[in-house]
Amino acid sequence: MATLKELSRVPEVLAPGHRMCAGCGAPIVVRQVLRGAKAPVVVANATGCLEVSTTIYPYTSWNSPFIHVAFENASASLSGVEAAYQSFKRQGKITDEIKFVAFGGDGGTYDIGLQSLSGAMERGHDMVYVCYDNGAYMNTGIQRSSATPMGADTTTTPVGSEMPGKPHKRKNLTKIMMAHEIPYVAQVSPSHWNDLYQKAEKAFAVKGPAFINALAPCPRGWRHDAADTIQMTKLAVDTCFWPLFEVVDGKVRVTYKPRNKKPVVEFLKAQGRFRHLFRPGNEGIIEQIQAEVDREWEELLALERLGQEQAAE
Amino acid sequence: MAAEQKRVAMTGNEAVAHGMRQIDPDVVAAYPITPQTDIVQFFASFVSNGQVKTELATVESEHSAMSATVGASMAGARAMTATSSQGLALMWEILHITSSYRAPIVMPVVNRALSGPINIHCDHSDTMGSLTTGWIQIYAESAQEAYDNLIQAVRIAEHPDVLLPVMVCQDGFITSHGIENLNLLPDEVVKEFVGEYKPEHYLLNLENPITVGPLALQDSYTEVKYQQAKAMENAKQVILDIAAEYEKISGRKYGLFEAYKMEDAERAIVVLSSTAGTAKAVVDNLRAKGEKVGLLKPRVLRPFPAKELVDALSSVQAIAIMDRAETFSTAGGQLFVEIRSAFYESDKRPLMKNYIFGLGGRDTTTREISRVYADLAAALEKGRVDELITHLDVRE
Repeated sequence: MATLKELSRVPEVLAPGHRMCAGCGAPIVVRQVLRGAKAPVVVANATGCLEVSTTIYPYTSWNSPFIHVAFENASASLSGVEAAYQSFKRQGKITDEIKFVAFGGDGGTYDIGLQSLSGAMERGHDMVYVCYDNGAYMNTGIQRSSATPMGADTTTTPVGSEMPGKPHKRKNLTKIMMAHEIPYVAQVSPSHWNDLYQKAEKAFAVKGPAFINALAPCPRGWRHDAADTIQMTKLAVDTCFWPLFEVVDGKVRVTYKPRNKKPVVEFLKAQGRFRHLFRPGNEGIIEQIQAEVDREWEELLALERLGQEQAAE
Repeated sequence: MAAEQKRVAMTGNEAVAHGMRQIDPDVVAAYPITPQTDIVQFFASFVSNGQVKTELATVESEHSAMSATVGASMAGARAMTATSSQGLALMWEILHITSSYRAPIVMPVVNRALSGPINIHCDHSDTMGSLTTGWIQIYAESAQEAYDNLIQAVRIAEHPDVLLPVMVCQDGFITSHGIENLNLLPDEVVKEFVGEYKPEHYLLNLENPITVGPLALQDSYTEVKYQQAKAMENAKQVILDIAAEYEKISGRKYGLFEAYKMEDAERAIVVLSSTAGTAKAVVDNLRAKGEKVGLLKPRVLRPFPAKELVDALSSVQAIAIMDRAETFSTAGGQLFVEIRSAFYESDKRPLMKNYIFGLGGRDTTTREISRVYADLAAALEKGRVDELITHLDVRE
């Protein structure tokens, strides 16, 4: 456990003055994650809001070495950087301990960058991949991604007379990463900053690949007040829409269990992108979303129990 | 004085793999594709047996191969990959980024036809499709040339006046899988020739952290592109200088192109890579009969040696430019339109004809090449070219 005071003394890698929107979840996630590195980092970034808003030539917000190559290849690009590091270390050209971290939005991770991510994780590069999941292509103007929750109003799943928002449920990327059986997988939320910090610390500490999925609200896309970002992530966690857990050596540990699991409507009604779901006739969609959240939460708890039983045997 | 060299029998791919072993790059990231595959297979065995210091990343696609190679290069490593055809097409997005980041990556490309229909054999549609990506392109007629070009390419790419990536092209199967006798330089001679890569700025330099790949908008994008174009211009002299240095260690002479029996030639063929070897046999044959024919084999297509090619072709009366790729412009293949355009500045106006040939590995033998020289003779007699573009040996 760290105190906020201690964390506030860790030097910032992402400098202030960047052009991310007020209330954007991404830079909060980045700053919280990087506090866990405990060593110099090289940062890679997929094309997206974070990249275009922090590296407008001739300026940069990054105090550390930073590389952006394209949209779908942050993992592959960083794996090349890490390979160079391993080569230099073996040749005795570098002795410094350096950590490697990639940041990508949900579009660059769940969708177009999935192959590159999967490959880099399977190859065992010593790197941390952090997805800041804001649930749509926010940089291009709120188009649906495979991370967009069911029922959300986006510019490519616009609410119309025939269509009540996105008809498909979101992909469970964290589960896909669990299936890679890499040393460390975690899901985090900026609302639970100490949980996030500890998971980041572990992700950087393990030898080999680690994956962190971080919820990162976009006030523009979610349609909530910029001041309510952290509140949104808290609601996501308390409704179990976004459970906090980690997977170490295949064993699931749910790191936060809400004492009173809130109904998912608490999360939905706080955001303009779900407003239409509360119109008469759309009750079934909310029921479906609730059923899906319940099923995934129960499954997660069952996985945790399974791990505990195996450990006890 | 040229070094004592080992005479070996090898395929083009094996020769290139040995060149890579001698270069001993810090990082190689690659993905299998026919007919490039065994370059990386040979190289993987060098890694497995500790013959190189390379970190080999066996990635999950060519897109990732090029991305990882760029990452490694920007990290400060001497980094290489290799590919063919669809693999090069999949890399296309990152090819542009590589050259704009001024990453001096050397990539052997084993030329193969692009799908569709799917075909694994040689033509040049893959590298012709990447002429606009900002990469230097060097073509080889033989395994020897592929090996020699590869070693020179490292110095060209990393030259401070250039800092551009280089494709080293050889013909799929014909060169890549045909066994020929060639000379390999001693390992230590290559090691000394390529030297150590010492970039000025690199990601793993914690003393001076850099941001690679920022967003450059209306106020700076043009300048980045202009600098790339200037570097490409600089490359022409650098290529010649490195070739002169290489001649000293190898005894083999290279230029921007090879002119074969062109001194008094009235008719000439311009053709890339392995087909030039076939054409040389035809030239010898026709010369024995007293016909004044010659051959010009471009070696470097990017930068395009426009002025030098025009000078070399100016005294010829009829030229057949042979393109091993269809571009569907309907106004001629890539080599044809570029050479023809280069002649606009010249007061010489030789007859010029375009042949599209050898697509998807269609065999082009001395018989077809002889027909092309005969066509040129007929055109000269008539004083004009009746058919500007001919698809050689096609069933209509």
